[in-house]
Amino acid sequence: MNPYPFMPELSMFLIIALLFVQAVGSEKMRHKVGVWLPVASLLPIAVSLFSLGQEGLFFHGAYQVDPLSQFFKVAIAIGFSVTVFNATRQPTLVNEKRSDYFLFLAISGWGLMMLASSVELITMYLALELSSYALYAIIALRAKDRGAAEAAIKYIMFGAVSTAVALYGFSYILAGMHTTYLADLVQKTWTFSAAPMAVTGMALFLLGMFYKLALFPFHFWCPDVYEGASNETAAFVATLPKLGAVVILIRLAAMFKPGYDITTVIAVLGALSMTFGNLAALVQRDVKRILGYSSVAHAGYIMIGLISGTVQGLAAAAFYALAYVAMNLTCFWVVSRVSVDGRNLQLDDLNGLHKRAPALAFALAVGSFALVGLPPMAGFMGKLFLFSSGWNHGYNWLIIIAGINTAISIYYYLGMVRHAYTKDAVEGVPLPDTSAFSFTGAVLLSMLVLGLGMMPAGVFDFALKVGSVVP
Amino acid sequence: MQEVAYPVLTVLVFFPLVAAVGLFFLKGDDKIRAYTLGVSIVELALSYPLFTGFKLESAAFQFVERMDWVKQWGVEYYLGTDGISFLMVVLTIAVLPLCVLCSWTYIQTRVKEFHFCLLFMTAACVGVFTALDLVLFYVFWEAMLVPMYLLIAVWGGPEKRYASLKFFLYTLAGSALLLVAIVAFRIAGGTFAIPELMEQNFAFSFQFWAFLALALAFAIKVPMFPFHTWLPAAHVQAPTAGSVILASVLLKMGTYGFLRFNLPLTPAASEYFAPFMIAISIAGILYGGIVALGQNDIKKVIAYSSVGHMGFVTLGIFLFNQRGLEGALFQMLNHGITTGGLFMMIGAVYERSHSRELDDNLGLGKYMPAYMFFWGLFALSSFGFPGTNSFVGEILVFVGAFEQNPWIGALMVPGAMVAAAYMLRISLKLAWGRPTSWKEWPDLNLREWSYLVVPAVFVLYIGLAPGLCFKVMDASLLKLEKDVKEGAKIVAMEKDNPAEVAFNSLKGIIK
Repeated sequence: MNPYPFMPELSMFLIIALLFVQAVGSEKMRHKVGVWLPVASLLPIAVSLFSLGQEGLFFHGAYQVDPLSQFFKVAIAIGFSVTVFNATRQPTLVNEKRSDYFLFLAISGWGLMMLASSVELITMYLALELSSYALYAIIALRAKDRGAAEAAIKYIMFGAVSTAVALYGFSYILAGMHTTYLADLVQKTWTFSAAPMAVTGMALFLLGMFYKLALFPFHFWCPDVYEGASNETAAFVATLPKLGAVVILIRLAAMFKPGYDITTVIAVLGALSMTFGNLAALVQRDVKRILGYSSVAHAGYIMIGLISGTVQGLAAAAFYALAYVAMNLTCFWVVSRVSVDGRNLQLDDLNGLHKRAPALAFALAVGSFALVGLPPMAGFMGKLFLFSSGWNHGYNWLIIIAGINTAISIYYYLGMVRHAYTKDAVEGVPLPDTSAFSFTGAVLLSMLVLGLGMMPAGVFDFALKVGSVVP
Repeated sequence: MQEVAYPVLTVLVFFPLVAAVGLFFLKGDDKIRAYTLGVSIVELALSYPLFTGFKLESAAFQFVERMDWVKQWGVEYYLGTDGISFLMVVLTIAVLPLCVLCSWTYIQTRVKEFHFCLLFMTAACVGVFTALDLVLFYVFWEAMLVPMYLLIAVWGGPEKRYASLKFFLYTLAGSALLLVAIVAFRIAGGTFAIPELMEQNFAFSFQFWAFLALALAFAIKVPMFPFHTWLPAAHVQAPTAGSVILASVLLKMGTYGFLRFNLPLTPAASEYFAPFMIAISIAGILYGGIVALGQNDIKKVIAYSSVGHMGFVTLGIFLFNQRGLEGALFQMLNHGITTGGLFMMIGAVYERSHSRELDDNLGLGKYMPAYMFFWGLFALSSFGFPGTNSFVGEILVFVGAFEQNPWIGALMVPGAMVAAAYMLRISLKLAWGRPTSWKEWPDLNLREWSYLVVPAVFVLYIGLAPGLCFKVMDASLLKLEKDVKEGAKIVAMEKDNPAEVAFNSLKGIIK
């Protein structure tokens, strides 16, 4: 078989193989992981950029390489690389587990890449599990922190239940529609009166995706897991699995015609998700919990693109997912660099950051203002695209709620910037990492967020192709 | 097309930004100040083609620059200026060197960041006044929030955190629905380009909601009563330059928004809401004046007086006649000059007494005659003394109001009288009050002269010879008035109960 369409997955697999050798190899080898892996993690980016134009249908129609999958593979590769760079200096990870840790990260990334290409329900399910199991293992890896164990258990329990429900729903779909291929499923009528069993099944199947996306009311794990996991792990869990969930939702979105019951359910969940996420974030003091609840809210925003049922809407959702990953990784980069001893950052720990580490403070400002949706950052363009695509497709109320929610969210995002810029540092807190490494990462990530906001045309062009693959 | 060799507006927007990067390579506070002053003067020089190239008789947008930005959504990079925005652009650019001068000794910490914020501010403000694409407008509109927030939060007075947060939350919350309205205009009108949207006539039910969404954002920015509570806090806490920019430029964005968006895009709804807008404008005039009367902090007096003065502007806008519109635009300019000048004066006295309380600054006339001269001039202008700039603006609004409805005019009179009362009260105390302690404050130095003379000259020049300003704005305002009246006529309003129609349409909008 022609290997070119699978190059991103293969390059990721190569990294996994090397990490595996290292993980089972001698004690000495393990220390090297922080040296070669960051460089090697650039390979999947290059490869997936190179294979952007690939297309094809493989494995009896279960695995599709198309602009949608390739777009998300680039995003996953970039996200993986950033999180690897971010995690190389992880202070709460014991040395002997270092290569295992990265091995699991890579496996999860690999699973997500496969998820991006899955067009058949069982394949999707397997890819989703592949990416999740790896994460279950590493959330607990945080020195001797009890919170981490609790977070891991929570993540596994919630994950297991939602997967079980998804699988259950999947059986209903199979029973109702007699096929598991998306291409066939989109041809069917998805109204409750026409196919009650399948619609119920689809709702249950979606639950699994909503769990990954932390959409209300499947978000309960999210802030707790972020809080319990180490900063670097949280950076991964908060961003990349969301990409996986969005790609599946985009594939399924062809079934969400405006007016269908299932679409209304999604719209209502989106509205609840943004409102609840923002309100809950208002009262948080722990930076990771803030970001956790903010991700619940952002899952709601993405729903606007999905329910419009147009190419533009799906493209907007894809663009927003990419922007979201970029903004969130920027914030987590700052969190990880400020917390040099691996503790959980409280808002007060950010005090005086602009004096201690101007680049990190700037990156934090860019990241949080982008999450608000303030121009010229990526979040603004993303919201503009979402709102424009969603207006006049029957769910205008959702957009008005999103607008009001933006106003609510300003307070807590601004809070982070406020602490960094207008308050004086407390004595005795460990100084943030101001090395060239931390500086370069902060600058590059802020440039990415600003660049996506100021020159979105090129990326959006590709996102439009992404949207058009769905029939 | 203009015969200017380079894109003037783009240069005016981005030159301060590019020049601001240079700040990071400079060491030494005085060097930074001098560099920023140089940049501001170059910026002023760069605006020269505006004066030579602007066609007074034309109501069309001039110096237009247009290209694609995000093609897929029809978002454009689209700049241009007409008689309405021209004066605001000039005001913004002219205020910058004064701000640098008046904070020369006032700002002693984080000098580099301060001047960076000033330049960033200027770029964003020029952008707001020249943007002809709704998205581009929104970008500049929001972009100016961050430097203003920092100006208050970092260099402000003791309550700076509260004031800056309030400012940021209010204004950003106001514009949250602006974005939704922008999207709605795009879907309904098929473009983000403002001049093309102006040509269209939207249904009344659409205009109704679009007007409200736009007006909320602009009313907070103006600020109109009862959305004004962020303003006194922000003004009092901001450093002098921050107050000056806030008063001279930022508040104008709100009224500019009304002129540029509400009136031409939603004419029928503007007409429908005009009585309401006039009512809260008058409430603002009276409220601002009465509260100002009772303040002992000089800066608070001027801050509340701004609420009143901006009430005159919004009143003029919603009178819908030529005099009212002229008066409104005139007052926008005048308030920028006069109140900007007053804030600079307060900054100057604060540097000497380290207090803004009236009681600590009594009897300045004895020690600082030159200071008192300028104060007197700006104070006279502030309450519209004949011969000063504000007289021209205020009288136009009055005439417009009486033309429209004598009752409106009658209701405004107490507002104008209260303005005279509070201004004379503090002027009296400042000039002839009995000092509580012996002060040997030096009178104005050369630097202070240099930044006070400029607004003083404009106060008198516009007051005595307002002809040129009329020429700049008249063509555009005439067209605006005509468009609005025709637009309101074409979009036939449901005579019986427009509100009911609009509320029924709400079902359609949020279906």
